[in-house]
Amino acid sequence: MKTTRLALGLGLGLVAGFAAVSPVGAQESINFVHNTYRTGAFSGSGIPVADGVRDYFTMLNNRDGGIGGVRINFEECETQYDTRRSVECWEQAKAKNSVVYVPWSTGAALATIPRAHIDKMPIFSMAYGLSAAAVGSTFPWVFNPPLTYWDGASVWIQYIAQREGGLANLRGKTIGLILLDAPFGREPIPVLEALAREHGFTLKTYPIPPAEMQNQSSTWLAIRRDRTDWVLVQGWGAMNPTAVREAGRTGFPRDKVIGIWWAGGDDDARPAGPDARGYLALSWHQVGTNFPVIQDIIRHVVDRGQSNTAREKIGENLYNRGVYQGILIAEAIRNAQRLTGKRVVTGEDVRRGFEVLNISAARWTELGAPDFAAPVALTCADHNGHHAAFVIQWDGTKWNRASDWIRPDRARIRPMLEEAARAYATSNAGWPARSETCDQPS
Amino acid sequence: MFYREAGQYKTTYQSDMAIFPLRQDRIGILIILALAYVAVPLMASDFILKTIMLPFLALVLAVIGLNILTGYTGLISLGTAGFMGVGAYACYKLTTLFPEVNILVWILVSGFFSAGIGVVFGLPSLRIKGLYLAVATLAAQFFLQWAFVRIPWLYNYNPSGAIEVPLRTVFGVAITGPTAAIEVKYLIALTFVVVLTWVASNIVHGRIGRSWMAVRDMDIAAQLMGIKLLETKLLAFAVSSFYCGVSGALFVFIYLGGAEAGTEFGIRLSFIILFAVIIGGLGSMIGSFFGAGFIVALPTILKFGLPAIGIAITGAIAEKIVVMVIGALTIYLLIVEPHGLARLWQIAKQKLRVWPFPY
Repeated sequence: MKTTRLALGLGLGLVAGFAAVSPVGAQESINFVHNTYRTGAFSGSGIPVADGVRDYFTMLNNRDGGIGGVRINFEECETQYDTRRSVECWEQAKAKNSVVYVPWSTGAALATIPRAHIDKMPIFSMAYGLSAAAVGSTFPWVFNPPLTYWDGASVWIQYIAQREGGLANLRGKTIGLILLDAPFGREPIPVLEALAREHGFTLKTYPIPPAEMQNQSSTWLAIRRDRTDWVLVQGWGAMNPTAVREAGRTGFPRDKVIGIWWAGGDDDARPAGPDARGYLALSWHQVGTNFPVIQDIIRHVVDRGQSNTAREKIGENLYNRGVYQGILIAEAIRNAQRLTGKRVVTGEDVRRGFEVLNISAARWTELGAPDFAAPVALTCADHNGHHAAFVIQWDGTKWNRASDWIRPDRARIRPMLEEAARAYATSNAGWPARSETCDQPS
Repeated sequence: MFYREAGQYKTTYQSDMAIFPLRQDRIGILIILALAYVAVPLMASDFILKTIMLPFLALVLAVIGLNILTGYTGLISLGTAGFMGVGAYACYKLTTLFPEVNILVWILVSGFFSAGIGVVFGLPSLRIKGLYLAVATLAAQFFLQWAFVRIPWLYNYNPSGAIEVPLRTVFGVAITGPTAAIEVKYLIALTFVVVLTWVASNIVHGRIGRSWMAVRDMDIAAQLMGIKLLETKLLAFAVSSFYCGVSGALFVFIYLGGAEAGTEFGIRLSFIILFAVIIGGLGSMIGSFFGAGFIVALPTILKFGLPAIGIAITGAIAEKIVVMVIGALTIYLLIVEPHGLARLWQIAKQKLRVWPFPY
């Protein structure tokens, strides 16, 4: 008996496995398979982001009937921040003709970038992933706006200079960088080192191994001992709330701790309680619900009970980042429809749509998000844009904007990125020269 | 009725020692090989090949490797993913330093680098056992993972800290890199698995395998019988790490096509492979295949198979079910059936042998 049941189970499994690839019913719709991590060690950051994107596309479907009259068939693919599963999700996205692939992890981006031009599916990795992908002439299929980690480093130093009263006052200062001991964490080091030589400040790095993310007391003692003036945090996941809490515990002034944009979640600051007051982070979009687009999401999605996020968490920083990503992707789909004249567009069309992406301040207002973020424009050569960012500050209960827009030092960053892109192309023998034609932005 | 050895006489010691003593088994293995080599590449879709077959083939070697160490020699190891990483990074360094050499040679050679590292970390196994050895190999895992991140020479000073698989061809056919056909990759991986399984199967059935099992069952008794413990245990570590290294090289070069330093070969993967060994069956070759197949296929079938046949299940819930099923099954099998799925297979074969007369 046991064996028959085993055989039956195996048979069913096989049937299910093969059935998984049968194409879905072809109603007029645009498919979008989006990577998420609602489980695993990074789910704390993954859930609000996923809900933001999901709610934005649900809102478009409910309010406008999709984009250009075509419904967006939004699907999630769970990755657990695991590269193997992310590659599986790439295959799933390909099988379902997703118009874009959103890796949401650096490992997934690196593993799939070589496949993008073959499977004709563009990759959209928003301010993470391979920084060199900003060079559109080498990576026509990859887009990483609005800015790279290297730009982030430049914005950090400019902000510190503003607070210190000019770049000249940085001389003799000590700036510490707490980083996740992984490629992501070490990204800003080359730029910070170059800036340290130029402006005469000392850079000290404090790497945190991934297994020790929640144990930083010795690191913060070292920060006290080194008499560090400013601390930068390049972290993700459980490392961020720990850093904020330790800063409070050792009495390091919180308004001199600045996180990268991935260290700016509400749940990064909130667990530290009153100790977190004053903590800073970079961002490139506003928080809160005072935007018509967020109000539309509340009206058309949340009030209908179609959102996974609680009403009071709408408008938090990472949720709005998901909305921001949704707006950019939707705009690229719109561009693709306009360029091709088709209603149902493909991944190839959306790639062209990204290359002419141009959201001006007026366009942000039209999209229901006035002053939500800086204007974003991409070109065929520049898939990143190196757009401006600003600093936000935690007041104990929510984030508030704490600086003006700060533009990264494009003249310094761009040659470094082009060099990195060249190195990628030469080390990957057989990397194709760009053959995709370039559309003129209208 | 059909699966019976009546009339098949063994007249030599060789035939008595054969891996497949039954004619039906030999025919069966040929049919499976024919299916794997011809039917699967022709019939299966890219999705099946890429998300189930390639990771299965890459991981099955690591499962065999750990099974040699844990199942046959009784030495528990939590450093499997680290040794896989050594293979992957060795292969990457070798093929970027000597791009003109056939990549298939380097995949195999990278196993030897892994074997060398495995022997070094296997040295404490002479003195410590059980949980303490697990902790020592855990140290290997953490050290190796640290090295992959901290030694930029290993990833050729790539600013993104990742290893990217370049295009490599053999006789003009692309084998690695993004343009290689999925069927070619599948056949390459399959050939590695078939050949290395055949080798492993012969090792564990021969003198070396017997000495490993003697050490596993009681090392003092094995020593009294003249088995040198140090050499035997280190050999087990070397062979095991060799398989893990080849598995890691295949995992990155044939399956993933690129890896971020330090995240792919984490402790999580070590545990998954250990679970595959336990679920498949400790000390069994066929069990390694069952275990790897189960671990690789279960999440994919739950996540994509169930929605495709109309059972609505979200990816997040599927992942949680996978964790629960694998956890429960590991505990259940450890207590009730240490020989895992392989034992079920054996029972099925035994039943089939006497069918339709059960007595």
